[in-house]
Amino acid sequence: MNPTDIPIGYYIALSGLLFTLGVLGVLIRRNAIIIFMAVELMLNAANLAFIAFAREQGAVDGQLFVFFVITVAAAEVAVGLALIVAIFRTRRSIDVDEIHMMRG
Amino acid sequence: MEVQGFAYVPLIIGFPLLGLLVNILFGDELSEGGIGFVACTAAAASFVVALLTFLAVQIHPEGFEVSLFTWIRAGDFEVPAALLVDPLSSVMTLVVTGVGTLIHIYAVGYMRGDPRIKRFFVYMNLFLASMLVLVLGNNFVVLFVGWELVGLCSYLLIGFWYEKLANARAAMKAFVVNRIGDAGFILGIFLIWTAFGSVLYADVFPQVEAVNAAMPGVITAITLLLLIGATGKSAQIPLFVWLPDAMAGPTPVSALIHAATMVTAGVYMVARTHALYSLAPTSQLIVGLIGAATALLAATIGVGQFDIKRVLAYSTISQLGFMIAAVGIGAYVAGMFHLVTHAFFKALLFLSAGSVIHGVEHGEHSPSPHSPPLIGEGKGERLDPQDMRNLGGLAGRMRTTFIVYLIGALALAGIFPLSGFWSKDEILAEALQRQPLVFALLLSAAFFTAFYVGRQLMLVFFGRPRTAAAAHAQESGPIMLIPLIVLAVLAFFGGALNLPGVGALESFLEHTLGHEEAAEFNPLLASMALGLAVLGLALAYGVYRTRPITPRDRDPLTDWINGAFTWLNRKWYVDEIYGALFVRPYIWLSGWLANAFDERFIHDFIHDVLLTGTFVRVTRTLAQGVDLGIIDGIANGIARLTQAIGARLRWVQSGYLRNYALSLLLGVVLIVGYLLLRTRIGTP
Repeated sequence: MNPTDIPIGYYIALSGLLFTLGVLGVLIRRNAIIIFMAVELMLNAANLAFIAFAREQGAVDGQLFVFFVITVAAAEVAVGLALIVAIFRTRRSIDVDEIHMMRG
Repeated sequence: MEVQGFAYVPLIIGFPLLGLLVNILFGDELSEGGIGFVACTAAAASFVVALLTFLAVQIHPEGFEVSLFTWIRAGDFEVPAALLVDPLSSVMTLVVTGVGTLIHIYAVGYMRGDPRIKRFFVYMNLFLASMLVLVLGNNFVVLFVGWELVGLCSYLLIGFWYEKLANARAAMKAFVVNRIGDAGFILGIFLIWTAFGSVLYADVFPQVEAVNAAMPGVITAITLLLLIGATGKSAQIPLFVWLPDAMAGPTPVSALIHAATMVTAGVYMVARTHALYSLAPTSQLIVGLIGAATALLAATIGVGQFDIKRVLAYSTISQLGFMIAAVGIGAYVAGMFHLVTHAFFKALLFLSAGSVIHGVEHGEHSPSPHSPPLIGEGKGERLDPQDMRNLGGLAGRMRTTFIVYLIGALALAGIFPLSGFWSKDEILAEALQRQPLVFALLLSAAFFTAFYVGRQLMLVFFGRPRTAAAAHAQESGPIMLIPLIVLAVLAFFGGALNLPGVGALESFLEHTLGHEEAAEFNPLLASMALGLAVLGLALAYGVYRTRPITPRDRDPLTDWINGAFTWLNRKWYVDEIYGALFVRPYIWLSGWLANAFDERFIHDFIHDVLLTGTFVRVTRTLAQGVDLGIIDGIANGIARLTQAIGARLRWVQSGYLRNYALSLLLGVVLIVGYLLLRTRIGTP
């Protein structure tokens, strides 16, 4: 079956499913690395939606956007992982529930 | 317009002012002698100008006014600062500056070594200037200004050695008693303004007849009020009590202010306003009687005093009584004549007494320097050099002082041919003609005068020295003796001014005081007065010839009049009577007012209860009700509200990342949902 025949609704549904999984992962999991991976999942869900629409529209704007997102995501992971390492070094834990010093 | 010779009149006042300014500004740099030199030069320069003015007045006896500037102008009321030079003021000016200069020179010697000599000469020059303002003013207000200024100088100089409480009290007494007189005087000036519409002599005196016709009685009222002023300044009954205490000042001050010049201001004032007094026979009678009674009362008190200066003080009061009596009965020339001769011989007597005090002090502690605080009423351990009981036999030790003192004393007693004989005789002759009662009083006063003069001479100069100090007394230096000799000459020959039949002073003063029929020289009366004087002196000689021997002896007079002597010594208890009648009730009233009225009513009730109490109540209401209740309530309410809101909102910031993420998600869902729903609803 030609991928072009698959209607856009499926792509969007998959993208929504992946995004929801990412949100749930961020909300539910306590391990900072898992949360990070969930965030990546949400970004990629968005990428999928972009690609789908780009294809649908026949324009490359969406694809271009995706490259940017991937780049930003890479940078974000670099910074995020560095933060996690730093936190682990001081607290010996990366459980986000234990990091609530900003409580008002 | 400008009359020859009067242009320099303001300098008569100007020189003493200049002198005091120089001494104030540069006195600290000058030596003691330099300060004295400045002051004496100022006085002497003033005398020279006065002399020139006097000569000019000889040519223009109608007088001349030197207008300086308009001092006060308020509606109709106008007071120029102008000087009037006429025979009367000219004679006074000469006396003031002439005697003043001599006393200044004397004071250089007398005050030597005093630490406040600069202040002394500044005051002395100020006094000269003030007295000249008094004499030369051409209206009543300027006269009053001078009147007050000399009172101030008198106060300052009586209390010059203020370290001693008695001196300060004497100064205060003089000041307060003078204020009583001044109150009468200023009321008199008000009344003059009301009645005449002017305070200028030149406006008032010509109108006297008209005003007297229009408002009968007002002249009497004015003259009586002016008389109150005169009794204060010239130390007459009832206000004479300050003058004896005024002797607390340095002796040159006693001579200048309290014998020769200031105290004669009352006499001058009555003579100046003779136009008013001539139309008020009641006032004339009262003035005459007051003068005569004062003359007699003070002369009797003088008999019972031991302080050498106090005797002279009462003598001054008594002689002022003569003058006041003279001007009171209308014998203005005789009064002025006696004023002049009295200025000579009384200044002489005071200065000689100062020389005696000075000499005895040096006799007491020859090597040690002159210490001023000793002078005054020393009642302490130290020898009082003014107490005549401590003196005696000084005729040999202080020969010059003795001779000049003798001249002064005999002139005072009225011995022929010294000045006092002529002037006193003229007053007596006038009194005999015009007012027998006044005459009788004055004649008895003359007798007592001779007696206390003789007593003083005996106690001070004859007999044996009663203390070591008197025995070692030293004659004063030439700077003190020269003025004494000059004054002695004046006191001796002063009678020549107005010899009977010649009447130089009379024809000169006629231009101001009007022509009056001078009493004939009465040889019988003159011999009677002379006889009484000699009798008084002889009695004194008899009583005091052999006694007292020691300072502790009773006064020999007590053998004759024991009880009465105590009365004389205690000055007829006038001070005590005044104390009981006025001073103590006044102090009681002040105390009552202070305690009951001021402390309890004004302070405790009005202030504490009414004002403070109300204020406290009002502020308490404001503080507790308005400030605490409303203002603070608003402020606290806002704070508590903010706090409550903050507490509610607090749980939002749980610090858990997931909560934040959840709220983010919810927010996104809500917003997106809203947008979706809106589109759905918006498009049918």
